[in-house]
Amino acid sequence: MLYREAGDFKTTYRADQQTFPIKSERILFWAFIAFAFLIVPFFINDYWNKAVLMPLLIYSMAALGLNILVGYCGQVSLGTGGFMAVGAFACYKLMTAFPGMDMFSVVILSGFVTAAVGIIFGLPSLRIKGFYLAVATLAAQFFLVWVFNKFAWFYNYSASGQITAPERSIFGIAVTGPSTAPWATYLFALTILFVFGWIARNLTRGRLGRSWMAIRDMDIAAEIIGVSPLKAKLSAFAISSFYIGIAGAMFFANYLGAAEVGEAFGIDKSFLVLFMVIIGGLGSILGSFLGAAFLVLLPVLLKNLMVGYLGWATDLAAHIQIMLVGGLIVFFLIAEPHGLAQLWRITKEKLRIWPFPY
Amino acid sequence: MNMHTKPSQEFVMTRPDDGIKVGDPLLVVDHISLSFGGVKAISDISFDVRKGEIRAIIGPNGAGKTSMLNVINGFYHPQEGTITFRGEKRTKMKPHVAAHQGIARTFQNIALFKGMSVLDNIMTGRITLQKRNLLWQALWRGPAEAEELEHRRSVEHIIDFLEIEAIRKTPVGRLPYGLQKRVELGRALAAEPALLLLDEPMAGMNLEEKEDMSRFILDVNQQFGTTIALIEHDMGVVMDLSDRVVVLDYGRKIGDGTPDEVRNNQDVIDAYLGVSHDE
Ligand SMILES: Nc1ncnc2c1ncn2[C@@H]1O[C@H](COP(=O)(O)OP(=O)(O)OP(=O)(O)O)[C@@H](O)[C@H]1O
Ligand SMILES: [Mg+2]
Repeated sequence: MLYREAGDFKTTYRADQQTFPIKSERILFWAFIAFAFLIVPFFINDYWNKAVLMPLLIYSMAALGLNILVGYCGQVSLGTGGFMAVGAFACYKLMTAFPGMDMFSVVILSGFVTAAVGIIFGLPSLRIKGFYLAVATLAAQFFLVWVFNKFAWFYNYSASGQITAPERSIFGIAVTGPSTAPWATYLFALTILFVFGWIARNLTRGRLGRSWMAIRDMDIAAEIIGVSPLKAKLSAFAISSFYIGIAGAMFFANYLGAAEVGEAFGIDKSFLVLFMVIIGGLGSILGSFLGAAFLVLLPVLLKNLMVGYLGWATDLAAHIQIMLVGGLIVFFLIAEPHGLAQLWRITKEKLRIWPFPY
Repeated sequence: MNMHTKPSQEFVMTRPDDGIKVGDPLLVVDHISLSFGGVKAISDISFDVRKGEIRAIIGPNGAGKTSMLNVINGFYHPQEGTITFRGEKRTKMKPHVAAHQGIARTFQNIALFKGMSVLDNIMTGRITLQKRNLLWQALWRGPAEAEELEHRRSVEHIIDFLEIEAIRKTPVGRLPYGLQKRVELGRALAAEPALLLLDEPMAGMNLEEKEDMSRFILDVNQQFGTTIALIEHDMGVVMDLSDRVVVLDYGRKIGDGTPDEVRNNQDVIDAYLGVSHDE
């Protein structure tokens, strides 16, 4: 038995508002964090880092950002790939223009640049909603990719049109470039995700989060209680883009090392992150992590199972994987719009009354 | 002061005093006209709402009552006329600005935030009163959390007051209609409004629920001193609750005065004869 919520009544409002109101859950969480920070770095190898851990951390960051916009504020976006590209190119330009700058600052500044771009592309949301907004953000996606292809200044006029991350470090430890250690990039991404995951949780549980959700649930009523739609929507676009920009910067600099915009940040990225948010749970911080984990791990698992174990052809396995993900999206949209996070909550409730359901 | 057993010496109105004395006009509606294309929803209506009173707005269906509230809280911009609230004359105003000036309201059709719990819905009512900026909120520990707890306490008073303690964590979508109306009142109250607009707060309720709601409205008015303008079709309720009544018909004002005066007004009697309304 992991969970026992029974008899757990709160005596103060503070205790009632905790992120993990149940003690066993709190312990589990911190044990998990300790494991991720203190144990994993000692056992990490290049395969795990590249195939599982880095994508997991980086997509979690992107999913967090998109969930703020779509899940909390209700503004649909198909521009995630484009915004990740903004983060990546901002990162590249900063790395090459200021070689002395530490990587942490580079990544954060890239986030700010993306936030500014996000505000601009968020402006249509003041006029249009739903499907039309989705199309507008889709246009942003294609526009941004086109811009980064078209203007050679962005890739410093390199012949290949690619951007390549030079070696940059933090505290003297290289976290980008060809000679990084897996544990270094891992810890770098983990720290950033931890800090900004915590911030996302804080932002969504307070006034700002409630004003986003108010806009999402009923924008007219939100306005009469004093929410400015302009401020709420644009702040959601800004903060969402900030997160996605950081994800894009890390995806390029810490993970890929070199990137070509159409390939690395195409429309498929936009859909992938959106699927993560839908499967994980709209309007849930935990859901962002679960969704990212699910869609990062599933292909790895399936590949190992179907190709490695059953010996099927790679392309067959890939097709089955696409079908499976598609089926799951349909399932979650219809059966459980609150995603894995909700399934997790329900399981907990079941466990609480287990073994006597009456 | 009414020393009720339930709430709440702690629940105090934190809005700055506007210097308007009880009984003086808090809201003045002056020669307002509003039309949608060819449809004239409101023609040349003037009336006032005095501080501390319960002012009823009545009239047959389609008379323009809801439109009038929409003008007052900035949803509709009238083609003619002015609104003066707390001594400030205004022309065009957005609803969220009206909220910041101290106008709260409920809707004829419930407009709660369906994805949020009762508690969160009522907490949203305090958005205009929460001041901590983005950085404090991101940090949470310290001022932002302290502020949140302070507002949580006020909201709990409202929850006690409305007798909805048992459902505070329930998503509002799962509640029956009558309770949803009550939660919506709670959200409006949470803003500690100077003027509370209620659009048919008792529509679709059974007798018991109506009695509860009437009691809450009276208590709000008497204990918190909140000025209330309310639209209602149930004449019994209107006569019991309100200090003064304004009567609309086809977008015109046809009566204005105490419940007794209005009841004996021939124009009002004529307007209501043969008009079917949902009571
Ligand atoms: N947004 C709008 N666009 C067009 N016409 C409108 C609009 N809002 C109201 N009207 C019209 O204005 C008139 C008054 O409507 P209003 O909703 O104010 O009536 P009401 O007195 O609240 O009626 P009820 O008792 O049915 O709620 C009606 O003829 C209505 O059709
Ligand atoms: Mg109406």
